[in-house]
Amino acid sequence: MSMDLTVIWALIIAFGIFAYVVMDGFDLGIGILFPRFQPGEGRNRAMNSIAPFWDGNETWLVLGGGGLFAAFPLAYAIILPATYPLVIAMLLGLVFRGVAFEYRWRDEKHRPFWDMAFMGGSLAAAMSQGMILGALLQGITVVDRAYAGSWFDWLTPYTLLTGLGTVAGYALLGATWLVWRLDGDVQKKARGLARKAALATAALMGAVSLYNLKLRPEYADRWFTAPEVYWLAPLPIATAVVAVLLWRSLAKGESAPFWYALGLFGLGMAGLGVTIWPNVVPPGITIWDAAAPERSQIFMLIGVALTLPLIVGYTAWAYWVFRGKVGGEGYH
Amino acid sequence: MFESLDAILLARIQFAFTVSFHFIFPAFSIGLASYLAVLEGLWLKTGKAVYLDLFKYWLKIFAIAFAMGVVSGIVMSYQFGTNWSVFSDVAGPVIGPLMAYEVLTAFFLEAGFLGVMLFGMEKVGRKLHFFATLMVAAGTFVSAFWILSVNSWMQTPTGFEMGANGQFLPGPSWIDIIFNPSFPYRLVHTVTAAYLTTAFVVGAVGAWHLLKDCTNIHARTMFSLAMWMAAIVAPVQIFVGDMHGLNTMEHQPAKVMAMEGHYESHPDGAPFYVFGIPNDDEQRLDYAMGIPKLSSLILKHDLDAPLAGLDTVPDDEQPPVFMVFWAFRIMVAIGVAMMAVGAFSLLARLKGKLYDWHLLHRAALVMGPSGFVAVIAGWITTEVGRQPYVIYGLLRTADAASPLAAPAVAASLLAFVVVYFAVFSVGTWYLLRLMAATPHVHETDVKRGDQGPIRTAGITPGPTQNPGEGETLPQSVLVKKEDGQ
Repeated sequence: MSMDLTVIWALIIAFGIFAYVVMDGFDLGIGILFPRFQPGEGRNRAMNSIAPFWDGNETWLVLGGGGLFAAFPLAYAIILPATYPLVIAMLLGLVFRGVAFEYRWRDEKHRPFWDMAFMGGSLAAAMSQGMILGALLQGITVVDRAYAGSWFDWLTPYTLLTGLGTVAGYALLGATWLVWRLDGDVQKKARGLARKAALATAALMGAVSLYNLKLRPEYADRWFTAPEVYWLAPLPIATAVVAVLLWRSLAKGESAPFWYALGLFGLGMAGLGVTIWPNVVPPGITIWDAAAPERSQIFMLIGVALTLPLIVGYTAWAYWVFRGKVGGEGYH
Repeated sequence: MFESLDAILLARIQFAFTVSFHFIFPAFSIGLASYLAVLEGLWLKTGKAVYLDLFKYWLKIFAIAFAMGVVSGIVMSYQFGTNWSVFSDVAGPVIGPLMAYEVLTAFFLEAGFLGVMLFGMEKVGRKLHFFATLMVAAGTFVSAFWILSVNSWMQTPTGFEMGANGQFLPGPSWIDIIFNPSFPYRLVHTVTAAYLTTAFVVGAVGAWHLLKDCTNIHARTMFSLAMWMAAIVAPVQIFVGDMHGLNTMEHQPAKVMAMEGHYESHPDGAPFYVFGIPNDDEQRLDYAMGIPKLSSLILKHDLDAPLAGLDTVPDDEQPPVFMVFWAFRIMVAIGVAMMAVGAFSLLARLKGKLYDWHLLHRAALVMGPSGFVAVIAGWITTEVGRQPYVIYGLLRTADAASPLAAPAVAASLLAFVVVYFAVFSVGTWYLLRLMAATPHVHETDVKRGDQGPIRTAGITPGPTQNPGEGETLPQSVLVKKEDGQ
C-alpha cells in the first residue's frame, strides 16, 4: 500500500516539476533573451505577454519545494544543503526578476536597470536550476540522513553542462512563446532567436545524454541492458523526431514551435526520470527511503485530488482570458 | 564546535531577517486584498465612481506590494531546507502536508486570479472581475490559515507520534494537528493585525491628501473608512491579544514570564513592569518600574493571584528576556495608540470635523507605518519567547540546523541583506510615490506601455480609459505613457 502511494507521490512531484519547468521556463526564457529586444515596443510587448502569468508560473516552484518537503522530507533535507549556494543564487535571481515586472513601469529613468535585473535574475535562476539538476544526477554524498559532501561538490563540468542546457532550453521555450504571442518585426526577431536556441538546446541535450552514460555505471546499465532497452529505446527516437518537427515548424508555425519545444522538454525530463529511477537522491536514497509516512501521503493526496483539477482549470481559464497576440499590427 | 555554534547563530539571524522582511508584505496585502474587494463590491453595489477610482488607485499599490511578497515568500519556502535541514527532516511528515495545502489552496488561488484582477477588467466583465478579486482576497486569508497553523503547531505541538527514526509522525487525526491549542488565537490575532496595519496605511494616505486638500472626495472616502476600522478593530484587537496571552500562559508559561519581566515568583500579586532592563545573567530586572498587582489582575483577573517567575524554569530552558520584554511593550504601546486614534476619530466624527481637524490627520499620518512595527514586534515576542525550542519542549533550535559551515551561511546572509535592502527599499520608494499621487477622478488602471496585456489582436482597442488625464494626472503616473515613442 505504502509503496504504491510513494510511486504516486513521485509522479505527482514529477508532474509539479514538469509544470514548473514548462511554465516558468518560458517566462524565464523571455528574461534570458530580453536584452536582444529593442528597448521600447519590443521589450514592452515581450514583458506584457507574460505579465498576467508569471506569478502563477512561479507558484509551481513553491509546489515543487513544498511538495518535496511534504512528500519526501529526507530528500528535501539533503538536496538543499548539498546545493546551498545554487539555491540561494536561484532565489536571489528570482527576487530581482520578479520585482522587475512591476518596478520597470514605475520610473522610466530606472527602466534600463530593471531590464538588466530581469535578464540577470532570469539567467541566474535558470543556470542554478540546471546545475541543481546536474548536482542531483551526479550523486550526493550522504551519511546518517544528512549531506556529507564538501562545499563545492555541486561545481563540476557536468553541472555546468546541465546548467547551460537548461538556459538554452528555457530560451527556446521563451522564444517560441514569443513567436506564438507576438507578430510583426518582434515575431521575426523571436523566430531567429528560437532557431539559435533550438540548435543550442539539441546540442546540449545530446551532450548531457552522452555524459550521463559515463556519469555512473548504473545509468549506462539502465539504458543498455535487456529487457529495459526495448521499452526505453523509443524515448531517444521520439526525442529526435520532435526535434526535427520543431526545426521545421520554426519557419512558419505560430503556436506549433512552442508545443514541440514543450514536447522536447517532456521527453528530456522523462529520460532523466528513467535514468535515476527509483532513486530520489542518487546514488543511495530511493523514493521509499525518503517518503513521508502513509498518513501524510494520504492526507495530501486528498488535497491534491480535490484541488489540482481546480488549479489546472482556473489556470487554463486565466491563460484563455489573455489569449491571442499581444499588441497589434495597427501600431506600426 | 565553536564553528558550528557560529553557523547556527548566523542561520538564526538569516531566518529572522528573511521572515521579518517577508511578513511585512503579507501583513499589508492580506488587508489590502480585502479592502480592494470591499471597494469593488461598493462600486458594483452603488455604482459610485469614487469607489472604482479608489479601487484602481490601490490596485497599483497592491501589484507592487504583492510582487515583493511573492519573491520574498519563495525564499521562505526554501529556508527550511537550506538552513534547517534537521528540522525539515524530522518535522516534515507533520508540517510538510500543511504547507503543501497552503500552496494548493492559497498560493495557486491568489496567483491564478491575480492576472485577471490586475489586467482583466475589460476582458472578463465586472462580475467575473469581482469574483477574481474575491478569490485573491480569499487566497491571502487561506494562506494565513495554513502557515499560522504550522507556526502554532511548532509552538503548541499536538496530535503527533514519535517515529523510531526520530521523525515526528502524524497521529490518527489531522484535526488535532491543524487545530492545535494556540492556533485559533494566533490566527485571529494575526489576521486582525493585518487588517489594522492596512487600515492605518490607508488612513495615513487619506490623511496626507486631506492635509493638502480637505475637499478631496477620494481622500475623504478612504480616510473615513480607515478610521471606522481603527475605531472598531483596534479595541477588538486588544481584547483578542489578551485572550492570546492567556492561551500562551497556559501552554508556554516561560514566554509570558519573559514578556512580563518576572524573573522572580510573586506569591501574592505580581506587578506589571512598565520599564526595566532585563538582566539574564543576574536573573533580575534592573531599574524596574512597575504597577503593583496589575500583572496578576491582567493575567489572572485577581489582584492577589500568585504568579510563578523564571526562577521556576531551569536556566537552559529560558528565553532571552530582553527582546521579548521590550518587543511586547512596543506592540502593546502601538495597540493603545491605535485605539486612541480610533477614539479621536469618533470624537471628530461626532463634532462633524472628521475631514478638517488637522491634528487628527497628523496623528493618523504619524501612525501610518505603526502597524508594521507592531506586527514585527509581536512576532519577535512570540518567536524569541519560545526559545530555546523550535518545536516547543521537544526540539531545540540549536539541534535543528543544517550541517553547514559558518562562512557559507554568513555569505548567503550577507547576500540576502544587501539584496533585500536594495530591492525592497526601491520598491517601498515606488509605493510611497504612488501613495503621494493625489487620487482623482478617472484613476488609471494597471496599464503598461502602449500595448498593455489587455489589448490583443482581433479586439479593437477600447476608447481611451482616461479622457483628459493629461491635465489631471501627476507626473509620476504619466511615466508609462511615454513608452513606444
